[in-house]
Amino acid sequence: MGFKSFCFKKSLWVFHFGGASCNNCDIEILDCLTPRYDLERFGILLVGSIRHADVLLVNGSINMRDRDRLIEIYNQAPKPILVVAIGACGCTGGIFAEGNTFAGPVDKIIPVDAYIPGCPPKPEAIIAGLVKLVNSSNPFKRDK
Amino acid sequence: MAVNLFYFLVFPGLLFSAVVGALLSWFDRKITARVQFRKGPPLLQPFYDFFKLLLVKETILPKQGSPVVFLLAPVFAVFGATTAAVLILLPLLNISSGFRGDLIVIFYLLTIPSFSYVIGSLASGNPLAAVGGSREMKLILSYESTFLLVIAGVIIKASQYFDLNSIITIQHNSRPFIESVSGVILFIVAIFCIQAKLGLVPFDMAEAETEITEGTFIEYSGAPYALIKLTKYIMLFILPAFLTALLLNGFVLKGIGILWAALKILGIVLLLTLIRNTNPRLKIKQAVSFFLVWMNLLAILAIVLAYFGY
Repeated sequence: MGFKSFCFKKSLWVFHFGGASCNNCDIEILDCLTPRYDLERFGILLVGSIRHADVLLVNGSINMRDRDRLIEIYNQAPKPILVVAIGACGCTGGIFAEGNTFAGPVDKIIPVDAYIPGCPPKPEAIIAGLVKLVNSSNPFKRDK
Repeated sequence: MAVNLFYFLVFPGLLFSAVVGALLSWFDRKITARVQFRKGPPLLQPFYDFFKLLLVKETILPKQGSPVVFLLAPVFAVFGATTAAVLILLPLLNISSGFRGDLIVIFYLLTIPSFSYVIGSLASGNPLAAVGGSREMKLILSYESTFLLVIAGVIIKASQYFDLNSIITIQHNSRPFIESVSGVILFIVAIFCIQAKLGLVPFDMAEAETEITEGTFIEYSGAPYALIKLTKYIMLFILPAFLTALLLNGFVLKGIGILWAALKILGIVLLLTLIRNTNPRLKIKQAVSFFLVWMNLLAILAIVLAYFGY
């Protein structure tokens, strides 16, 4: 298990799912890949297809229409997959928590491994969250 | 038999070319990062990626489409790339002299990975993969004729010898082919062909990750995708090595020659990386006319020049 989980932690490929987001979190996520923060130092890449992903980043408030898409995307991902909820909307619902079309925070829909709160979280906070996730004892115990 | 298996599996076949190719892939990513003023990934990053895909990730088979062909295509790609690596590297590293006409065999083996990608993408039953597969097919149709013309030019310059070993020997005995007008033109055309064969940026419309989300490889996950990565690593090593053998005097593997051999390969990969980082993606129509009209014209010009001895 040691070698496998070491390789997994060293090469996390990220797929980005934006719910009904106000785009602030999306911009901060993209910031992490820019020269100033450069997540590729840790082997983190943004991939285009969910079949290649190891981490599913979810941001924005999840409404009734997004819910089925999110479940579908989660089921299409090859396991083990880590789910990270980014921003106040993803973690708790934020100001949309009592909205008409709100379908619940991300962890009511799919299991979540890490929460990065903030509206929007700073790139430093996103990096800190990912590093904590990588260093946590067994990042894919849920699938065992 | 045992020797042939060793050639195929360990040196200079699968293991050696995969390790060198993975290091070259790190070099490519590091240079890309430096061009964009980033720090870039650590040295062993390609190995982490490969072993993660191979050992950790689940393999998902598409519901529609043909699972057997879908799974066999990456295996064929690895076999094609490895066989081409053996046939190119044996004469290049001066281990054995190859056989008459091995240039033609190498040319066909080098097309097998691209064709396997097309077959695999069409077997996955995904509409975006079908778009990617049809683009890859058009790209193959356009650059292969140009690549054949480059090889024809080299054969004319080597006074019509058809095997890699004689081409390298002729260059050792006189001058490298690139020290002539036709040699320089052939080198330029060959660099663009290699760029398209590797699917790097001006010609990456088949996998276009922002447009059709990795196109040909969209349905691959886990171990089959690891094999595709392995094929890409091997191709990133053997195509520059092939170009070195054709135009740049091959390798002289003693003393300072080892350093020169490494520098030649690194220089070609550096050139490919810089082209990839300074160009936007072309449309498939533009790529087809680029190769079928302009690059073919240049290659024919080079052949005519070579025929008259320039």
